[in-house]
Amino acid sequence: MWNEILLTLQDANTQWVLFGSILLGIASGVLGSFALLRKQSLIGDAMAHAALPGICIAFLLYGTKSIGWFLIGAALSGLLATYFIQSIIHHSRIKEDTAIGLVLSVFFGFGIVLLTKIAQSENGNQSGLDDFIFGQAASLVGNDVKVISSVAIVLLIITYLLFKELKLFTFDRQFAKGIGLPTGLLNALLMTLIVSAVVIGLQAVGVILMAAMLITPAISARYWTDRLDRMVIIAGGIGALSGTLGTILSSMANSLPTGPVIVIAATLMFLFSLVFAPKRGLVSKGVKLYKLRKEVARETVLQTLYDLTESTTTSGGEIEFTPQAIAERRPMSDRKLQANLLSLEKEGLVVNSGDKWKLTSNGAVESYEITLNNRLFETYLMYEMKFAHLQLAANDSWNYKELSAETLNELKGYMAVHDRTPKLDPELFATFGNHDEQKREVN
Amino acid sequence: MNPVDISNVTVAYDRKPVLQEVTFNVPEGKLIGIVGPNGAGKSTLIKAILGLVPTASGTVRIYGKPYKAQRKLVGYVPQRGSVDWDFPTNALDVVLMGRYGHIGWFKRPGKKDTKIAMQALDKVGMKEYADRQISQLSGGQQQRVFLARALAQDATVYFMDEPFVGVDAATEKAIIALLNELKAQGKTVLVVHHDLQTVKEYFDWTLLLNKRQVALGPTEEVFTIDNLQKTYGGRLAFLDQQVNQPFVQQ
Repeated sequence: MWNEILLTLQDANTQWVLFGSILLGIASGVLGSFALLRKQSLIGDAMAHAALPGICIAFLLYGTKSIGWFLIGAALSGLLATYFIQSIIHHSRIKEDTAIGLVLSVFFGFGIVLLTKIAQSENGNQSGLDDFIFGQAASLVGNDVKVISSVAIVLLIITYLLFKELKLFTFDRQFAKGIGLPTGLLNALLMTLIVSAVVIGLQAVGVILMAAMLITPAISARYWTDRLDRMVIIAGGIGALSGTLGTILSSMANSLPTGPVIVIAATLMFLFSLVFAPKRGLVSKGVKLYKLRKEVARETVLQTLYDLTESTTTSGGEIEFTPQAIAERRPMSDRKLQANLLSLEKEGLVVNSGDKWKLTSNGAVESYEITLNNRLFETYLMYEMKFAHLQLAANDSWNYKELSAETLNELKGYMAVHDRTPKLDPELFATFGNHDEQKREVN
Repeated sequence: MNPVDISNVTVAYDRKPVLQEVTFNVPEGKLIGIVGPNGAGKSTLIKAILGLVPTASGTVRIYGKPYKAQRKLVGYVPQRGSVDWDFPTNALDVVLMGRYGHIGWFKRPGKKDTKIAMQALDKVGMKEYADRQISQLSGGQQQRVFLARALAQDATVYFMDEPFVGVDAATEKAIIALLNELKAQGKTVLVVHHDLQTVKEYFDWTLLLNKRQVALGPTEEVFTIDNLQKTYGGRLAFLDQQVNQPFVQQ
């Protein structure tokens, strides 16, 4: 297999094609990032499909295959489709997704009609237009590669030079306009850049799958970074890698179209990102969830011990508890409870004597903190309206130490009203608890 | 010369006028609240001044010249909800955007710009959050990042669109202190504001707006029941319970 690949790579034409695919991958990854962030992923798809009739008309008018005219035809009909989409949205109540669906299918259908017509004509067989459906990198000749590469390089240079402006425009259009950036022009420029990236990829990747080439590297890159400059570079890299793989594999198997192979390669990289990316990836999220569950179980046991101790001191009873008593208060499987108690023992937060467990002085401090935090949170939930300014989203973690002194006092007030103030002072507990003396109650 | 001078500004969306023949000018070094009911055209007024929406008629002058010639004198805080906070960028980067107008085309922000941006973040108490991805910030913190970006613009006239929405009381006070600091430096700040109860406390001048301009002047002169009635019309019943308090003192 490796020999075969090396052999393929020694071919001068393949090297050319490879060079073109890499540049194409970089350009579509980079510009795809902007399309993605502007929420225009579908527009790219529409442009690619809509390019087909443009290519066919260019062939009919020029009479033979010419990359230059094809690009112009594709760009013109792509832009025309975009214009139709915009006007449908503007002049009717039809939403963007529907408008895209309408225009895309009409253009593509018309393109297929023209394509069939050409295939039936005299010189139809050598037109090579079929390659534009699924893409055939191997069909690129030296001249095609030169044109595609030059366009890709120009696109990359423009993006590099105007990176700052394009970033601001994509993030905050109003502010960009306010400081005097010509947003209308930038919009047109960015649109043209994206159309160009789509158009130069058509022959290699095909009209059907070109949108994936634009979006998949970009969305994969988003998993790895929180910075636009890095996202653009990573997306370019993923695009280049997909382009390389697709080209090599499809040149080895003669009838294999390039587009699907490139897209499968890009999708594999996306899946890898989805699963393994730090912070956003599924594995990282799973690990976080596992840790969270572990922590919740640990806190549950500690808080239960605190609750039980708190309620016993007033009645002056035992301060040691059996696992059954703990499980009765907050149900937990025996095995889980035992495991948690043992690990708490290792932490020095609980001690056991025979079958019974009790908090150590450190355990008292820890469990007091947990209890206070949880009860403040309960209180917050009761008075959520009053604390709306905290702007807590449903999944935000709660830590009372992050509250302002003012808010905390207010919350403590409400907590006292409901008699939820933790009554065992851990410091007293620390002093007396160690010597098994009866703990004093605060208040 | 007046920092903001507007005459006969009319804005219409689809033939429906949103602002009608608004004419006013404001003196330098004042903190001015723009107050009016929902849909009164408060945000539109700011956008019209900054050329973000086309005006059907009228002229806007910033220190005697059209806005286009005076861009560097103007700082802008848009509504927080107007951008996608999941955008891959951090707080410092957003504040640096305030420098773009000064940097010019093609060039990247330099050390001096970064220093100014960091100072601006420091002023709003967000220095520690410089490297944070912006979606990880709370609503109030995001608002302060926008404020810092406006500060980094190093402007003389500031326009702020509802900077107190979704901000806690403490942050609101901190922002007001900052605005007063700007005022003390002779800068003019116009703020679209919703909460009638704090108008008297916060603003030297008030612009009451409901499609047309109802009143403009020092807050103690124009923030009267009479003017509020003209501004809010039938909504005053609700208003009475909310706002009567401050008037009783008059």
